[in-house]
Amino acid sequence: MSSNSFAYSEQSGGGEATELGQEATSTISPSGAFGLFSSDLKKNEDLKQMLESNKDSAKLDAMKRIVGMIAKGKNASELFPAVVKNVASKNIEIKKLVYVYLVRYAEEQQDLALLSISTFQRALKDPNQLIRASALRVLSSIRVPIIVPIMMLAIKEASADLSPYVRKNAAHAIQKLYSLDPEQKEMLIEVIEKLLKDKSTLVAGSVVMAFEEVCPDRIDLIHKNYRKLCNLLVDVEEWGQVVIIHMLTRYARTQFVSPWKEEDGLEDDEKNFYDSDDDQKEKTDKRKKSYTMDPDHRLLIRNTKPLLQSRNAAVVMAVAQLYWHISPKSEVGIISKSLVRLLRSNREVQYIVLQNIATMSIQRKGMFEPYLKSFYVRSTDPTMIKTLKLEILTNLANEANISTLLREFQTYVKSQDKEFAAATIQTIGRCATNISEVTDTCLNGLVCLLSNRDEIVVAESVVVIKKLLQMQPAQHGEIIKHMAKLLDSITVPVARASILWLIGENCERVPKIAPDVLRKMAKGFTSEDDLVKLQILNLGAKLYLTNSKQTKLLTQYILNLGKYDQNYDIRDRTRFIRQLIVPNEKSGALSKYAKKIFLAQKPAPLLESPFKDRDHFQLGTLSHTLNTKATGYLELSNWPEVAPDPSVRNVEVIELAKEWTPAGKAKKENPAKKFYSESEEEEDSSDSSSDSDSESGSASGEQEEEGDSSDDSSEDSSSEHKSDSESASEVGNKRTAKRNSKSKRKRDSEDGENENEKSKTSDSSNADSSSIEESSSDSESESESESESESRKVTKAEHMNYALSKKNLLPQVLYAFTQEKEKKTKQNINPLTKDVSLLDLDDFNPVSTPVALPTPALSPSLIADLEGLNLSTTSSVITVSTPVFVPVKTHVLLHRMSGKGLAAHYFFPRQPCIFGDKMVSVQITLNNTTDRKIENIHIGGKRLPVGMQMHVFNTIESLEPEGSITVSMGIDFCDSTQTASFQLCTKDDCFNVNIQPPVGELLLPVAMSEKDFKKEQGMLTGMNETSTVIIAAPQNFTPSVILQKVVNVANVGVVPSGQDHIHRFAAKTVHSGSLMLVTVELKEGSTAQLIINTEKTVIGSVLLRELKPVLSQG
Amino acid sequence: MIHSLFLINCSGDIFLEKHWKSVVSQSVCDYFFEAQEKAADVENVPPVISTPHHYLISIYRDKLFFVSVIQTEVPPLFVIEFLHRVADTFQDYFGECSEAAIKDNVVIVYELLEEMLDNGFPLATESNILKELIKPPTILRSVVNSITGSSNVGDTLPTGQLSNIPWRRAGVKYTNNEAYFDVVEEIDAIIDKSDDVSFHPCIRFKRWESERVLSFIPPDGNFRLISYRVSSQNLVAIPVYVKHCISFKENSSCGRFDITIGPKQNMGKTIEGITVTVHMPKVVLNMNLTPTQGSYTFDPVTKVLTWDVGKITPQKLPSLKGLVNLQSGAPKPEENPSLNIQFKIQQLAISGLKVNRLDMYGEKYKPFKGVKYVTKAGKFQVRT
Repeated sequence: MSSNSFAYSEQSGGGEATELGQEATSTISPSGAFGLFSSDLKKNEDLKQMLESNKDSAKLDAMKRIVGMIAKGKNASELFPAVVKNVASKNIEIKKLVYVYLVRYAEEQQDLALLSISTFQRALKDPNQLIRASALRVLSSIRVPIIVPIMMLAIKEASADLSPYVRKNAAHAIQKLYSLDPEQKEMLIEVIEKLLKDKSTLVAGSVVMAFEEVCPDRIDLIHKNYRKLCNLLVDVEEWGQVVIIHMLTRYARTQFVSPWKEEDGLEDDEKNFYDSDDDQKEKTDKRKKSYTMDPDHRLLIRNTKPLLQSRNAAVVMAVAQLYWHISPKSEVGIISKSLVRLLRSNREVQYIVLQNIATMSIQRKGMFEPYLKSFYVRSTDPTMIKTLKLEILTNLANEANISTLLREFQTYVKSQDKEFAAATIQTIGRCATNISEVTDTCLNGLVCLLSNRDEIVVAESVVVIKKLLQMQPAQHGEIIKHMAKLLDSITVPVARASILWLIGENCERVPKIAPDVLRKMAKGFTSEDDLVKLQILNLGAKLYLTNSKQTKLLTQYILNLGKYDQNYDIRDRTRFIRQLIVPNEKSGALSKYAKKIFLAQKPAPLLESPFKDRDHFQLGTLSHTLNTKATGYLELSNWPEVAPDPSVRNVEVIELAKEWTPAGKAKKENPAKKFYSESEEEEDSSDSSSDSDSESGSASGEQEEEGDSSDDSSEDSSSEHKSDSESASEVGNKRTAKRNSKSKRKRDSEDGENENEKSKTSDSSNADSSSIEESSSDSESESESESESESRKVTKAEHMNYALSKKNLLPQVLYAFTQEKEKKTKQNINPLTKDVSLLDLDDFNPVSTPVALPTPALSPSLIADLEGLNLSTTSSVITVSTPVFVPVKTHVLLHRMSGKGLAAHYFFPRQPCIFGDKMVSVQITLNNTTDRKIENIHIGGKRLPVGMQMHVFNTIESLEPEGSITVSMGIDFCDSTQTASFQLCTKDDCFNVNIQPPVGELLLPVAMSEKDFKKEQGMLTGMNETSTVIIAAPQNFTPSVILQKVVNVANVGVVPSGQDHIHRFAAKTVHSGSLMLVTVELKEGSTAQLIINTEKTVIGSVLLRELKPVLSQG
Repeated sequence: MIHSLFLINCSGDIFLEKHWKSVVSQSVCDYFFEAQEKAADVENVPPVISTPHHYLISIYRDKLFFVSVIQTEVPPLFVIEFLHRVADTFQDYFGECSEAAIKDNVVIVYELLEEMLDNGFPLATESNILKELIKPPTILRSVVNSITGSSNVGDTLPTGQLSNIPWRRAGVKYTNNEAYFDVVEEIDAIIDKSDDVSFHPCIRFKRWESERVLSFIPPDGNFRLISYRVSSQNLVAIPVYVKHCISFKENSSCGRFDITIGPKQNMGKTIEGITVTVHMPKVVLNMNLTPTQGSYTFDPVTKVLTWDVGKITPQKLPSLKGLVNLQSGAPKPEENPSLNIQFKIQQLAISGLKVNRLDMYGEKYKPFKGVKYVTKAGKFQVRT
């Protein structure tokens, strides 16, 4: 026995623990007091008696007590002989409890356990599938090596069982046998191979699990089952889904080429590699350009998408990581919303999800930026959640949102949770280094924190300031002086050491203070912390080298103290410094370079995210969470350069159909029956007759329903009969797919898309396989899988009806849910503060700091950011597009006559405003028409209606005669055409001027598909719709003229239209992000209908009024 | 996957263990206790702990720790989600998920755990299936069982286990057929919301995608049909406001505390069940307050102030005023505490969501239909 347990514990990996466990359990009962021990014995005696009684109730009571002992971890092994006798009990509950006992103790009592085996062997043949399955479960859980051959046999038989439930248990048993005896691997792989072909959703998850544990490297076993697994996925139970998705992620990375294009894959590892070699790059460019996604690759991505809506967080995370690792970068965005949703869950789920978001947000800020506020910290969050959120906020910080974030950070710094406050300070430091615009602001904020009452806060600030100053050794003498003063009060060693180091490094910038600091420190040297002592020594050395006149004696004094210090390191450092800086006859050549050694320019530390290096782990895994490779972690391979042969996934369907259908029965049954027969036919023979009744009933019922599409379906079914290769389930699915598409006529455009995809799919698969084998059958199976996936969800209903007998046909509840006001999700990004550069960090910003102003021109990255913002906060359809080009229309702001020679014009550049996302960009051109300089041009008093805001341009120092300058402003008109009045001032005068925006300039164009347009339009009816009839000559109704006229009036985007007579334009209002949909529908004769749909009915009708005359005039 | 499970109570006793593979000694929990000690607060115990031979993944629910032992790579969320499902099942079976309930029903717990996992992989987690396999305890049944000797364990495979709709068992029949919808909305005051939905597996996703109709075969009994998030743009209406004045004097051992709650945008409905919870700073020794309405408690150990307000009557707004005693000599708290507010509004779904229609197909009888709307505070925090 002992050798056996040893053998087990060795392969189980946790050898020590297992042995410990056995030891512990076997010593528990004697470990009590002696009296207790004897009473225990007695107790067990009466249990034995109860077990031997011939009353079931007594036995059951005994077993319940024994299970209670097991649950508490008490040893009940000595009851083994008495318990095992009851393994054949007729009472199912007793039997179950005996099973529980057996599984727990069989390993310890192997010989006795063998007594029970024959019972299980018998039970394996029981007509009741539940009994067969549980016999297999227990048999395979008895970890007794002697019965390995029996287990193997049982697994093989069970894997061919008619009940999918038994087959599922067989899949579990594979793993158990493998862990008991790894030598069985080859045989077990054969069983896995067979079970992988199983069509039951019940088996799929379990067999893939077995595959992952036994032979994860045998990717070849997956090929033929790949499409089936993709298609079954939605119907597999949730736990199986997780396992299958993880496996298919790995599979995809070995079988398909990278869908990540060069442009969007900036962080792609491959990029740098190719950059070095131009020829190579060209080649890859070519490769990338000709990239078309393998249809199987697309199938996986498409079929997993609905699972983002799962209630199970593990499933959502599994899909998210699949998208992250294998989908084109442009499609990854859809996972953010679902991941953010998971943050409403319990703290454990939050913890894992936040970790994964942290890793993602480093590489792709844009994905989570719209959800910035979801990561705001609540005071009641656990610290671990707080720090993770903080990490994400830091990763998401950029020029646009930093001001909002810094204000949020101020709240955190004051938190009672000091650990978190300290983490926030570090974060501010990181933001300061990453975003140069706010470096000074952050630095000032941190300096203010130096006078905080809390020592931890001060210490952390010192450390962070040290790092920041090191990064830009500019003029920071003041800060250093301030910090030197802190040495009198602050006691945290790290902070003291940091200050000393800083003074040492900058000792030439603070020549007066440095020696004095050294003097003070010398006085208290012996009572300092070791960390501080080392820095005192360093400071002494540096001062000795730069200012030996004043500090020579002091340094020598310190060196003497250091020589006799208790700490080895300090004595060592002292010796080293003395040799290096104090000249004597023994000092070598090095001392000449002492100054260079001590005062060398040190590289600034890099303030990086701790999640930076996690991305090499597959997301969602334990290894990712722990940031170390966990036992059994399967590496995600890099994309192959060239895709392996895709035809390996083609299925020869004939073989499959035969696999699970007993030859005799198959002929009798029609194809439809096979579908459910897997699950039902074996159970009760008495039922089967009534079953078939109900099936024919429901099937014919369906036929009727199909009525109008009967042409198709008959054609369809004939083709089905032709190829008996087709599996039954597909038949069922196809039918429902038909019905499905009937009911879905409405969504024509989407269907159209699918259609395209379908044809693409079959095209390319044809091309792929033509060289290899019969392409016709191939494409057929391809399209089948398409329809199958489509109809999957609907199938459930039909499947139901089949599976249940007629008498309890289930109610199908159909239930319409409408959101009363399904408003479009709107922009909800915090407006940029008035000025990115001048942060009003109200309570800690006494010194106003000059910071470089952002250049008024839009940098490309900023545009991208802005677009990114728009893209993801609003529902996916609202994407700001670039405006259609129109000639610039300028308006007079100030005439030169009334402006005493200063003339001003303004126009709307129709670009997203850089000063705030609710503002409209306005460009003002100023001309000096006088013959002298005009100085100090700026904006004076503003008279703005309530809510309106204005971002003014910077003062223009002077404008030369005949000179002209263009400046940018941003005005938030609050989606109204109200006038913004303000004063344009020069050194000597002030002029009242007004800007009233044409309604068309309050918009930003939106890119939208026709389908989305219709959908949105459908939601904006009734009061939200205004329309009018236009009459004009036909030559005015050509597409180009209409386009020209509409975009001249309003900044709208063109929506591609499938119909020649309808022109659609989409935009959103700048302030609230409400959609503005414009439709021009040409009618008979020379009339047209102009329709505007928007929530903003006022601007809607104004726009209508403005468009009408423009469109009708010749 | 999941090797073993230990249930641990707040005082650190392991009161139940279950192993699905070979036995792992209780001593593995020492690593957990170590982490627990380090974390100080139960909420801060890391859900994933690495030990030399195992990994421990744990959840904290209803004052109990569910600690599972893992040996190889597994998605942590898989285990976490499963452990919560176990706790949900206990809740479902015993009415509460507590140490006492689990100890009282240890045999059923064991039978459940046995059915829920096989070799560490989830086998049956749907409550419908489990209830057919193992009947929940009722007083009547235990009396009957003790007389007749019949058992709580089913002997045939539940039909749900084999079908694609594991959430509904076959042959459900009632004399009254009823469908009730509770639309419960929670307002979250800091976190933004945007539309996103998660579904019970019974909902046909395609129909939702194409027609925005929820079509499903309902499970028998209570279940969560969908969860949704609504964009905050639609939710400008925050139903309550709080006026607060909390101040601590420098160099003095007392401070002032004054909060008033009022209704705002309540759409004519009464706001009820209001509770305000405040985590006071550590230096607060005691609080001496007078509520105009309801009652308050202050726990000097945890420093949590709870004010049970009840309903708001707009004529007289509830307020809570008084003095705060501070530890003398300690510096005054730097930050004012945040107020966490709970409330309920019956018959209102603040997002405007409505159950428009309920159609049932395939049955001759007409079920009774009922819809109830409730709006509640979710994580509603007011910074002061």
